[in-house]
Parts: sequence; C-alpha cells; structure tokens
Amino acid sequence: MIKAILIFNNHGKPRLSKFYEHYSEDTEQQIIRETFHLVSKRDENVCNFLEGGMLIGGSENKLIYRHYATLYFVFCVDSSESGLGILDLIQVFVETLDKCFENVCELDLIFHVDKVHNILAEMVMGGMVLETNMNEIITQVDAQNKMEKSEAGIAGAPARAVSAVKNMNLPEMPRNINIGDISIKVPNLPSFK
Amino acid sequence: MALKIVKGSIDRMFDKNLQDLVRGIRNHKEDEAKYISTCIDEIKQELKQDNIAVKANAVCKLTYLQMLGYDVSWAAFNIVEVMSSSKFTYKRIGYLAASQCFHESTDVIMLTTNQIRKDLSSPNQYDTGVALTGLSCFVTPDLARDLANDIMTLMSHTKPYIRKKAVLIMYKVFLKYPESLRPAFPRLKEKLEDPDPGVQSAAVNVICELARRNPKNYLSLAPLFFKLMTSSTNNWVLIKIIKLFGALTPLEPRLGKKLIEPLTNLIHSTSAMSLLYECVNTVIAVLISLSSGMPNHSASIQVSFSRHAHTFSLKYLGLLAMSKILKTHPKSVQSHKDLILQCLDDKDESIRLRALDLLYGMVSKKNLMEIVKKLMLHVDKAEGTTYRDELLTKIIDICSQSNYQYISILVELTRLEGTRHGHLIASQMLDVAIRVKAIRAFAVAQMATLLDNAHLLTGNTQRNGICEVLYAAAWICGEFSEHLEEPMATLEAMLRPKVATLPGHIQAVYVQNAAKLFATVLRGQEGAPADSTVAQETSQLLIDRLPLFVQSSNLEVQERASCILQLVKYIQKLQQKDVEVAEEVTALFAGELNPVAPKAQKKVPVPEGLDLDVWINEPPSGSESEDEGRKSKGKAVFAKDESRHTKPRYTEVDEKELAKRREVRKAEQANNPFYIKASPSSQKVYQDGVGVEHIPVVQIDLSVPLKVPDQYVKLEEERRERNKADKKKKKDKKKREKGEKGRRRRGDSGPESEEDITPAHMVDIVTEEMPEWIDLRFISPLILLSLSLAPHLQVCDIQGNLQDGSQVVVSVIFENKCDSFIKSMEFNVLDSLNSKLQRPDGAGPHDGLIVPFQLPPGISNEARFIFSVQNIVMPQKLKGTLTFIVKTDDSSTHEKLDFKLHFTCTSYLITTPCYSDAYSKLLESGDLKGCSLKLEGVNQPFHHLLARICFHHHFSVVERIDSCASMYSRSIQGHHMCLLVKTADQTVSIDAKCDEPGLLGNVLDEIKLTFSQC
Repeated sequence: MIKAILIFNNHGKPRLSKFYEHYSEDTEQQIIRETFHLVSKRDENVCNFLEGGMLIGGSENKLIYRHYATLYFVFCVDSSESGLGILDLIQVFVETLDKCFENVCELDLIFHVDKVHNILAEMVMGGMVLETNMNEIITQVDAQNKMEKSEAGIAGAPARAVSAVKNMNLPEMPRNINIGDISIKVPNLPSFK
Repeated sequence: MALKIVKGSIDRMFDKNLQDLVRGIRNHKEDEAKYISTCIDEIKQELKQDNIAVKANAVCKLTYLQMLGYDVSWAAFNIVEVMSSSKFTYKRIGYLAASQCFHESTDVIMLTTNQIRKDLSSPNQYDTGVALTGLSCFVTPDLARDLANDIMTLMSHTKPYIRKKAVLIMYKVFLKYPESLRPAFPRLKEKLEDPDPGVQSAAVNVICELARRNPKNYLSLAPLFFKLMTSSTNNWVLIKIIKLFGALTPLEPRLGKKLIEPLTNLIHSTSAMSLLYECVNTVIAVLISLSSGMPNHSASIQVSFSRHAHTFSLKYLGLLAMSKILKTHPKSVQSHKDLILQCLDDKDESIRLRALDLLYGMVSKKNLMEIVKKLMLHVDKAEGTTYRDELLTKIIDICSQSNYQYISILVELTRLEGTRHGHLIASQMLDVAIRVKAIRAFAVAQMATLLDNAHLLTGNTQRNGICEVLYAAAWICGEFSEHLEEPMATLEAMLRPKVATLPGHIQAVYVQNAAKLFATVLRGQEGAPADSTVAQETSQLLIDRLPLFVQSSNLEVQERASCILQLVKYIQKLQQKDVEVAEEVTALFAGELNPVAPKAQKKVPVPEGLDLDVWINEPPSGSESEDEGRKSKGKAVFAKDESRHTKPRYTEVDEKELAKRREVRKAEQANNPFYIKASPSSQKVYQDGVGVEHIPVVQIDLSVPLKVPDQYVKLEEERRERNKADKKKKKDKKKREKGEKGRRRRGDSGPESEEDITPAHMVDIVTEEMPEWIDLRFISPLILLSLSLAPHLQVCDIQGNLQDGSQVVVSVIFENKCDSFIKSMEFNVLDSLNSKLQRPDGAGPHDGLIVPFQLPPGISNEARFIFSVQNIVMPQKLKGTLTFIVKTDDSSTHEKLDFKLHFTCTSYLITTPCYSDAYSKLLESGDLKGCSLKLEGVNQPFHHLLARICFHHHFSVVERIDSCASMYSRSIQGHHMCLLVKTADQTVSIDAKCDEPGLLGNVLDEIKLTFSQC
C-alpha cells in the first residue's frame, strides 16, 4: 500500500499532497515538513530509499523519492511495495505529467494542482496502484478533459477568455523553472508496458 | 430571468478561480495568512450562492487551501452538494475535495450513500470512475456495508475501466467490512484471468495485499499465480506476484523448487531492474526455505546481481539481499568481500552501516586479520561519531571471536581519541587475559607499555573515557606480574605522581596492583644472590610514593594505600634485619583467578538425596523473609564454606551416573518447549501444562537413581513366577489417530484435548498450512497418537499384547504415507514412574530404540516395543517422540513426530476362561468388592452386547441364561474381575466384583465409554 504521495519543491513548499490515510491538517503539514527535512539533506548520488520517517507509520514504512530539478516526488509506502517498482512508478507519473502538460514545469503543478490530482487518480487509487501503462492513463485523462470541455460549451468560453487575459498580464509567468532533466538516468524506462 | 442568468455568468467571470487564488497568494508573500483569510471569507460568500458553478469553483479553491494546511471541514456539506451535481466537471471537483478532507468521523458522509450509489450506476463510465476513486479514499464501514453489493456488480461491468477500479476498491471494502470478503472472493479470483491486463493487475494487487495479512489462506491460489507469472508481461504484476511468492515459499517448500527455474529465466531475460531485484530476493527466500540449497545457483545469480548493484546506485538493496544469503550460504558471499569493503568508503551512511553489518557476519578465522586491518584503517578515516562508535563496537565484537593479536588491536584502539568505548575495551582486555593463558605474556608486555605511556592517554581525562583502559592494564600487570620482563620499571610507572589525576577507582587498582608487583619484584631480587640493598631500595620507593595516595580524597584509594604503606614499612624493617620476606609477601597474593565458563554450574551434579525444589525450612511468612534475606547476605562467608564441604561428595558420583544425568537433561530440554533448539516450531512459548508434567521425571532422577533398577528386577521376577500358570492371551488395543489438530489448537475440542496438548501441536501449524495432505481419521480412543507430520509418516495401528508379569507389548505399525524414503527411525518414550519402556542393557533411561527397518514410500511395517508397568489400577498416558530422516532425491531432512500412548485399564486385562463352579467359589469367597453400572438406551441384541464387552474389554462369558450373563476376566497382576450383565427394555445393568476396587471402577468407566460411542 502507498500511504502518501507528496510533491514539494526545493524549499519544502507543498505542490501536491495526497494522503491515503486520514491525518489532521496540522499533522499533514508536519509530515510534509519532516519528509522535506529528511529528503533535502541527502546528497544527489545516494540511494533513493529512506527509512524512519517518524510520523507516517514509523519503521514499517519507507520513503521512496526522486528529485527532478526543483521538485521532490516522495512516495511513502509499506513493506508490501517493491522499492524499485515504486521508483519506476514515480518515473511513469512524471513522464505522464510531462505529456499532459507538454513539457511540465513547477508552475504547471502550482497552478493546476487539480489536474495533477486527476492524473494521479488514474494511476493510484486509494493507495493501490491502478494503472502503470502511461498511454492508458493519458487516454483516460484526455477523455475526461474532453468531457469537461463539452460540458462547459459556449458558456465556458468567456471564462476561458478572461483567464487567458489574466495570464497575459503576468510578467512573472516565464516558464523558466523547467523541471528540465526529466530523463534523469533511469535504468529502465520501458519498465511498465 | 434570462438577464439574471447572463448577469450571473458575467459576474462569475470576475470571481477568483483557482489560478487567481494561487497567483494572489504568491503576490502576497509578506501577509499570506491575512490574504488567505480574506479569500476564505470570499469563498464562504460564494458557497452561499445558488449557482452550482460558483460553489464548485469555491470548493476547488478550498481543496488547494486544504493542501496548505487550512481546515476546510466546515464546508463538508457544500462539498456534498457539489458532488451531487449532474455535471461531470463539478462532480469531479466535489469528489476530489471529499477525498482530500473526508474521513470516518465526517458526519455528512452518511448523506452521500445514495448519491454514490446513483453515480456508481451512472451510464457515464467516468461518473462511476470518479465516484469509485473518491470512495476509495473516504470509505467508511457503513458505506462499505451499504455499497458492497453495488461494487460487486461493477466487478463484472462491461468496461474494463470500471472493472479495474471496482476490483481495486474491493480491498478497501474488505478492510472496512470484512464480511464482504467471502461472497466477493470467487469473483475476485475470476478477475485474475480477466482478458484486460489492467483488471488482472488490479486483482493481483488486491490479492497480494490480502495475502500479506494472512499468506497461508492463499496458498491454494499458487498454481494460478504461477501461470500468471509465466504468462504476464506486465512488470508491475510480475513484481507483485514474485513478492507474494516470496512470502508463500516459507510456508510451502515444494513451491520453492518449482519457482527456481522460471525465476532464473526472468532474471536472465528482464531489463527492468526492479523486477530483477524482486526475482533475486525471492530466489533467496526460496533457497533459504529449501535450506539444502543450490549453492551454484545462488552464486551465479548473485554474481550477476552484484555486478548490477555496482553499476547502479542500488548498493543498499544489494547489501540487504546479501545479508540474507549470508545466513545460509556464507561462502558465496565471501567472494564479494572486496566489493563490500569498498562499500565502506561510500558517502552514504546507510550503505556504510549495511556493509559493516555484512562484514561482521562474514568474519571467519582465516580472514579475521584482514578484515580487522581494513576496519582499523577506516576507523582512522571515519567521520561522524555514530558511525565510528558503531565501527568500534563491531571491531571489538569481531575480535572477541578470536584471541589472536586481539590485545594488540585493543591497544591500538586506545590510541583513538574521543571514543566512548573505554569500558568495553577494558573489559575485553581483562576477559582475554584471564581466559587465555597462552596470551598472557604478550598481553602483559603490551599493558606494561601502555602503563608506561599512560600520560598519552590521560591528556584530557575528564571527557575521555579511554583512561578506563588503564584500569585493565594495571590489573593485568599486577595479577600476571610473573610475565613482566622489567617489573621494576612498571612498578615505577605505576607510582608516578601523575597517576593521582586519574579517577579514584583506577587509582585504587593502581595501588593494589603496585603491591602485587612489589611482591614479584622482591622475589626476583631475593632469589638472585644480589645485595639486599636493591630490595630495600624497592621498599623505599614504595614508602616514598605511597603517601601521595594516602592523601587521596577517594576513600578506597586512601584505605588501600595506608594499609599497604604500613605493610611495606614493616617489610622494610624485616629487610634491614636481613630476613627473607619475599615468600611471605607473595603469599599475600597467592592463588590464581580461573575463568569459569557460563555453563559450568550445570556441570556440577546435584548430590544424591538433595532436592533443590524442596524447602529446607518452611518458608518464613511475611516480613520475616526480608530479615532472612539480610541475614544470609551477612553470612556470605559461611555460604562459601558450605559449598566447599559438599564438593568432595560430587566426586563420588561416577562417570556413568553423570552420563545418565546428562541424558536426562537433554531429554528434558528436547521435550521442553522453552528450549529453542529442540525444533523450530517449539519456539512458541506455549502451555504451562507440559512443564508440570515433566516434574515427576526430574524427581525420579534425583532421588531414586541407581538403586531402583535392582528392586524392579526383583519385583518382576516375583511376578513372573506368580503368573507362570497364566495363559498368554493377546489383547487388542486400538488407537485413535489424532486429526483435527488445527482446530484443537483453537480450543473448540472435547474434554480430552486439554490433556493431549503436546509440543507437537506447535508443529501442527505446518500441517495446518498444507491442508490438502492432512489425513483426518478417527479410529478408537484406546491408544492415542498425536501425529504432527501426517504427510510423512503415519502410525497406523497399535496393538497391546500382554505376556506374563507386568509387561505390555505394544505393536506399532509404521506406514509411510509420503512419497519420500524414510529411514533412521528412532522410537522413544518418556518414562513415567509407573510405566517404562524396556530398553536394551546398557542404554540410558532416555535413549530411544532404533526401529529395525526403513520405509520406502507407501510401505508399512510393524515394530514391537515392550513396556513394564508397575501399577495397573489407573489408566495412563505416555508421551513419546519418533525421530526419523526423510530422504528425497536431493536432500534429507530430520523430522520429529510427537505422540501419546494411552494405556487403558482394559488393556491390562487378559481374556481368561473360567468354569462356572470355580466362578461361584470365587464369588462366595467374599474377597471381592462390588460395584455396579447402569446403561440406558442400549438397543442392540444381547449377544452383540456381550460380544462387544468380550472384544473390547477382554472378558469371557462364563454362563448365559436368557438376558442374563456372567463374565470373567483377569488382570496381568492376577486380579479377578467378575461381571453380571442383565438387560431389560434397552437398559443394561452391570454388577461387577473385583478384589481391586480402583481397577474395577476404571474398567467400568471404560465400558461405559465404549457403549456411549456406539
């Protein structure tokens, strides 16, 4: 079982948090802080496994993480999950984000956390891995987005226009915080067919 | 109206959406909290509007705020509203918000049941999907109960997208509502073979999670999983299955053998590291469970693996796996020593610690020095106190396995500064020096140098624990001073003024041992024909230096120093009169400390007639006991004396007796579940009952050892003569094989089971986990056998044959029911006071008897064992063990089978014919005492009834008139037993007479039992 999925940036700002067990909001923030503290002090070229987060489950669970440019993707899992399997899963997740957002960067995650949640929901459901095939995930996500668009129809057009105008006025919107080296050397990209 | 809608829609354009909120927060970095609180106020306003789009937008923003740590549970009802929107867009927002902040104690959840049910059956698959996803996060026991059926229906939905979600969510439903597992399981199992790989994967996921909680229930699915493993191409599924097999193999060794080949194939074919790793892990688990192992296999796998591990940053996992291999195949790990040593250089501390653990396990006599040298290098380099301390403890642990050069390593360790392990090093030094005579000379030399360089160690005494080492050094030099080359120099070193800066307890040791050294020095100087002035100078040295210690603030130092000072002064006086004092001075410290092994106490036999469990005096009650305790502490000197007095008595016990006692102890340990080594299963601490039953055995061996056998022989001879006239008759006994052991363990069994619990029941766990082989049979209760290893061996029948005297012959039929060869069977019974297994001359009272045949698969054979029984009045049970070796093609395992022999009173009766005139005389004699029994509801013909008594209870019919019969039997010890059986209207009344009422009562009870069972 996956206990929690966290994405935060190099400064520990949460970009997505999904807990598959209930915690109070305060505890959740504490867990995020603690996880960030544990993960951020590790060197780049050490292993991706960490034991001993105090808050989620303790010794039973492990933290498995990957660091992409400005973002940490952390999965907290119990012993039933294969560590390397989860690493591959993180890779699939990031690649899927990359496809869905067309060159994903931190800003995409900041402004569209709801979309990230929807993508994640097609991969992991209630702490269990639902789908590992990237194409399948993208197909389902696209189909749902299409439905959303058709529902908005003409009524949605003004809102979209306004939103576009708002975005245009934004000088601080450069897409320079690219997640960048998304193809960090992963031993086996075609891991899940 | 239309205007209002348009207006609302235009208003809405300028409402903040999620992006605006995020942007706003980013623009208000200084007063974020304030900004957010105004946003929350806005959201509250928005939630009050009727427009569902506005509400959905508000809820969407709340979801974001929730991530930032704001409590949004106050909006739970609005979230439910948004969830129930008919538009997918809003529904999805609602469900997402619910999945983020709903939990079991959210009360509005109960309002959602119908909405969710409606969504589950929606024609739009994404409505259903979104509902399932949301539900998976906030399912409660109530929801699980109410919706279980709906979800089960969805498991066979036409769309695979729904099917896989429905399958997956079932696990959550099982967790919250376990009753749903039983009806849903067949369908879940069916989904393992679903045509869609996604659904298949979901089913594998769910079953793996279930199996993790209780693996043995899922053994039956192994073939299905095996098929999936060889056919599936989905790496995730493969990983899950292989992990599951890893958990199953310890329960079912045969599975392991089958797995090896496909796993090896996968290892060679896959490119996915994750899959490779899980394969290797499971292979290791398999090899461990097979225990016999295939070293070549493991080695080759491992080589390929460690190569990978080296190239990728997976050392950690590699090391973890190796430590598993190490436990069973140390040799194959040995070859990777260099690799592991390299890991010590790794930057990652968790890798270094793993490598250290591994090295510790790898140490053997051959490579000890090499490893320790490497480790010593690392100690110098090591940074970070935790790691270095760990390193140090490991070195000391490793070294304590071997004495060679240990001392020099310890001395080397003392050079390290800032370690906290001074105590450990000191105690190790003392330990080695005392324990190993051969090394003392070397140790003393090293310690002398250490004392000489003491100033190097004491630089910063207070925070440096290392000066503890000096404590050991001083003591070793003093105690084994005869090995010193220059005792004078050492003595000098020990009396330097600098010593006074050391901690008190070390100074005390210094002073005391200076005296010892002094004695040695004196002897050396007086022995030589040198001038006496040298000796006097030595005394003078002590007299000069000791006052320093006499002034010490530490009481012990002060006391010892002044005592020794006076002694030396006195010696000096004598020396001035040219009296040779060396002998007397050395006598002060005569006697050598000998190491005592921790087990040594056990080797001291308890003297005859001494029962340690019996109170010598009645235990004093209440407050008195405290006083006793204090007194006995005060009289420690006396206690010592006593033990000395008793010592000579131990030596009277001859070798044979000692051997016997050892056997007793071994047997006791083997049968005692608290001893771990007996069998792996006996590790479970089980019932107290066993321990209690064992007590009589111990008592026999303490109180009636060598004398008793003679008595027994006499008794037996007498009886044999007495019974010579008796005819030999065979008697049958039946036995019941004990099945249903698993269930018994859980406690829903008949009254017998309580007594019948033996350590074997712990082995039963194994059989319980292999349900298809348990052979449940129930034959008859007379002789009871509890079989723990049904698949291998079955004792099929036991017959008790009575011969003369007090002997009982038990025939045991051994049947091999497994498909392996069984050999080296050894039959052993734990004798009781009353019944003993007859063993050949020269065998100890706890030796087993070797069964004189081997059993190929499916073959049965009979062996006879003779028991001698003293008292036949009571039925009895004997515990026994059958050990044997199961030989398969490539391995042989040692197995053990515990059983119980049940001697009923009936089995002591011999069918003896008797004539009616002799019978009536017997009855008239008046020696017999009567007893009667009434059986109701017996509806069988009278002659059947008689036949039954004759057959089961060894009686013969003397006379029969209509529905009335007289019967007779006789026990092996010559007790007469007469029965008068009458029957009327399904009621049988038995009047019985016997010269031994106890025996009669028991036989009647057994007759009653026979009839109650038919």
